[in-house]
Amino acid sequence: MHPAGPAAEAIAALWWVMLVGSCVIFVLVMALLALALRRSNVEGRGDGSEGERVWLVGLGLVFPLLVLLALLAYGLVIGERLAPRDGPEVVTVRAEGRQWEWRFSYADAPGLVTEGVLHIPAGTPVDVEITTVDVIHSFWAPRLAGKLDAIPGHVNVLRIEAREPGEYAGVSAEYSGPGYLDHRFTVIAHDADGWAGFLRGAAP
Amino acid sequence: MTPLRRHRALTRIWASDPGWKGWFTTVNHTDLGRMFMFTAMIFFVVGGILAMLIRAQLATPRSAFMGPEVYAQVFTMHGTIMMFLFAIPLIEGIAIYLLPKMLGARDLAFPRLTAFGYWCYVFGGSMLLFAMLTGLAPDSGWFLYPPLSSTLGSPGINSDFWLIGITFVEISAICAAVEITVTILRFRAPGMSLDKMPIFAWYMLVVALMILTGFPPLILGSVLLELERAFGWPFFQVAEGGDSLLWQHLFWLFGHPEVYIIFLPAAGIISTVLPVMARTTLMGYGWVVAAAVALGVLSFGIWVHHMFTTGIPHMALAFFSAASTLVAVPTAVQIFAWIGTIWKGKPQLKLPMLWILAFFATFVIGGLTGVMLAVVPFNWQAHDTHFVVAHLHYVLIGGFVFPVLAGLYYWLPHLTGRRRFFRLGEPAFWLVFVGFHVTFLAMHWVGLLGQRRRTFTYEHGQGWEAINLISSIGGFITAIGFALVLIDIAINALVTLRGRRNPWGAGTLEWAMPKPVPAYNFASLPPVRGREPLYDDPGLDLRIARGEGYLGDPGDGRRKTLVVDIASGRPEQVVVFPSNTALPIVMALVTGVAFLGVLIKAFWLVPLAVLGVAALAFRWVWSLGTRTDEGLLDAGHGLSLPLASASTRPPGWWGTAFLLVANATFFASLLFGYAFLWTVAPNWPPPAYLEPGLAGPALGLAGIVLAPLGLRLAERLLRAGHAMTPGLAIALTGAAATASAGVLAVLASADPQGHAYDAIVRVIAGYVLIHVVLAAAMSVYLAARRSAGFVSPDRYGEVRIVRLWTDYAAITALLGLAALHLPGALT
Ligand code: HEM
Ligand SMILES: [Cu+2]
Repeated sequence: MHPAGPAAEAIAALWWVMLVGSCVIFVLVMALLALALRRSNVEGRGDGSEGERVWLVGLGLVFPLLVLLALLAYGLVIGERLAPRDGPEVVTVRAEGRQWEWRFSYADAPGLVTEGVLHIPAGTPVDVEITTVDVIHSFWAPRLAGKLDAIPGHVNVLRIEAREPGEYAGVSAEYSGPGYLDHRFTVIAHDADGWAGFLRGAAP
Repeated sequence: MTPLRRHRALTRIWASDPGWKGWFTTVNHTDLGRMFMFTAMIFFVVGGILAMLIRAQLATPRSAFMGPEVYAQVFTMHGTIMMFLFAIPLIEGIAIYLLPKMLGARDLAFPRLTAFGYWCYVFGGSMLLFAMLTGLAPDSGWFLYPPLSSTLGSPGINSDFWLIGITFVEISAICAAVEITVTILRFRAPGMSLDKMPIFAWYMLVVALMILTGFPPLILGSVLLELERAFGWPFFQVAEGGDSLLWQHLFWLFGHPEVYIIFLPAAGIISTVLPVMARTTLMGYGWVVAAAVALGVLSFGIWVHHMFTTGIPHMALAFFSAASTLVAVPTAVQIFAWIGTIWKGKPQLKLPMLWILAFFATFVIGGLTGVMLAVVPFNWQAHDTHFVVAHLHYVLIGGFVFPVLAGLYYWLPHLTGRRRFFRLGEPAFWLVFVGFHVTFLAMHWVGLLGQRRRTFTYEHGQGWEAINLISSIGGFITAIGFALVLIDIAINALVTLRGRRNPWGAGTLEWAMPKPVPAYNFASLPPVRGREPLYDDPGLDLRIARGEGYLGDPGDGRRKTLVVDIASGRPEQVVVFPSNTALPIVMALVTGVAFLGVLIKAFWLVPLAVLGVAALAFRWVWSLGTRTDEGLLDAGHGLSLPLASASTRPPGWWGTAFLLVANATFFASLLFGYAFLWTVAPNWPPPAYLEPGLAGPALGLAGIVLAPLGLRLAERLLRAGHAMTPGLAIALTGAAATASAGVLAVLASADPQGHAYDAIVRVIAGYVLIHVVLAAAMSVYLAARRSAGFVSPDRYGEVRIVRLWTDYAAITALLGLAALHLPGALT
């Protein structure tokens, strides 16, 4: 993952935190297991009842509850931050999936449709309204944000943002039949001039 | 009577038919458990070969080995076979084989049902194999999302094979679940109260109840999708008021509990095997039971985590995310109870223990990646990549296959009666363990790099070549390891030396019987005082053989075992089992004809087959019970007990009750679907609601009151020694009235192809109709039983069974008719 926008960055950070945390927990559990195997070989049979409190209440209940609480709070905060919020400068575009093509249209340039390429302004939050005309697809530009499904009859809104102008790859991420592999698109993020030019050049 | 003569007498009574005929007429749980396990292993091999095809295709970029269409069939069938035709049936087989032996009974509660379930599984599974061999296999992924799986995306017969075949197999799972529940609750050794039950039985009780409440949503979804595909009823088509999201909810309402239905029995195996390997007892029995129950309950509240990317509001996601991570708590309780057990014991690194240690290492990783995936923002990135595929294999293979192999090696001496001699198992273990981690660690990694699941190839230069190649090599090593395990088991089963009766020094009852296992399990049923009867009383096996327990007298040649009180385990009744019969396989065949009729669109076959099933079912139940009052029977130890058929709640009543639990879940899912479309589907409300009129509701209500009253009257008359006819006549009138209300609703509904509303109206009305017609048929059956003398003032348990069914039909009719008529009446 090479994040190129705030959403993808936040998720990447989340991933690193979880990875380190998981490794620590894994090592801890394995160490306890090894300890249990060794101790019993050395000392033989303990009577066990005094251990129930430590093993079951301490490690079984309290420990995972604490870890999960922290993780959930973190995930919730990030999720809230990624959710589309109304703002003065949010640009709205529409993505319409079909077997096996994406069509994009633009609230700021009615009538303009691009196929396979989504144009957005860089450095500005963009709401993508995602839908489909046939089976279920999923809109995913990995370096810009997570994915969101295109479901017949429903419109889902995904907030994406590219920090820098440039080209970013996108794919559909829900199996949709034999053409699924090449069901791709490109996101082109323009600087301010480029974006204005795109809208002007194409508007009637 | 000497032990040998008792053995011969009991064997004459309990043995299956000799020769090849025995395979088709056996109702014995030992036979059927083995047949289940063997068949499941065959499907494991098939699913494994498909996995190898997948890894061969993905080993190199731009591979020309398979095209996208073939690849789609291969991964769909791999997932489908592994989940539905390998994992679940293997669990059923293990439970069917072990439970009566652990609980101290001579067979499962409904022996013929076991056989019927097995044959349903075989026939349903064969349909899918046939589809695969003819290149017509389902190809829209193992969760079959419409519209891709419906007529729009899959006009061919491929999806129908899945819907029909899998539903057939699920009938088998429901049969097994009813059976397991009633067995655990009622068919135990005398004195085995709930808190003395082997821990495995607790796990299986939770699992069986989960199957009863988890499978019906998918059965409903399959019925609806098949109706859409066959007749154009648009439940999942958005333009006509359907919604494809409804399928996702129904599927995952089943699909998430399914994961725990697979994991919990494996955990039950660990809780049984690990203490024996550590030469101690399980730490925190009560805690572990509570954790299993908690997992079962929690798993029904978190299906939405498979739908995090479908655009559900964020606060709802937060709720489901929290609930999903919460399952880590009961899981942690179990893990630490097991480590604590090792800590207080003296573990020995025998082969079963190795597999359990492999489970620890693997499952903990799978659990941790699972928690990661439950965190919504991360899920948005990782969803539908190979990361998810890797996670699910860590859970399924680490959390299910490894423990099951531990169990297999642990119970191998029991299954075969032989000692393990060839030591192929150890190298096989290391191949699987190392190969597995290589394969799937690599898959986590390419998943994070963005390789999507279900893509049949990838390009050069994305940096994925080496990782995929490593993963494929690991996959082949794993497969070789699994092949060695199977070979090891086969040769140890066939050619080695006879072994001791209790080689591991375990404490549970299944080790108290001679090997090879006799058809009757226990020569006499042992009284039980603790959780490990063989630790409490080391000479127990000999005493059982000498006939010092209950029912040790082979007596009149009938197959007999004890029914106990649920909580205390006090013996209450003697039950007489049916003997060998071909009825189950014939009935499964005729049921299969009905399914086949739908599959090949020869709809005229369906009513014929249904009549056939009805006739066979009539024969089935007719052969139970007695025509005379036998009074009390001598059960040994000075105990005299009545026959179960002379009790108010015979086992059949309990079986019906748990079948109705599944049935009620089905109906509740149907009402959920109705409400879901109403509130979520875009093209609602429909053009017009059903016009209730007066006749429909009035008839319906009258029938709903009359039918249950009629049966109560019939019972009262019967017990006072009179004819039941007036009561049954009232019940029949009531059923007829409710049925006509259902017919009126169908007639009043508009074209079901026009709008999902009218389609669902017909399904609800049809459901009500079927249930009242069945209730009516049962009343007629009662009348026949009375005149044949099977039902008498002292033997009225069957009246209670019919009453239970009739009450259920009345309640669902009330709810169903209200759901149909209220919208029209209120607007
Ligand atoms: C050596 C053993 C196995 C290997 C190498 C293997 C490999 C794979 C691979 C590579 C995929 C992904 C295909 C794709 O999305 O393109 C897959 C999917 C899957 N596997 Fe396995 N697998 C193995 C055993 C199992 C077992 C034992 C189970 C279950 C008990 C299982 C259940 C599944 C399921 C449910 C899917 C998803 C299918 C779908 O996307 O519709 N696999 N497997
Ligand atoms: Cu789940």
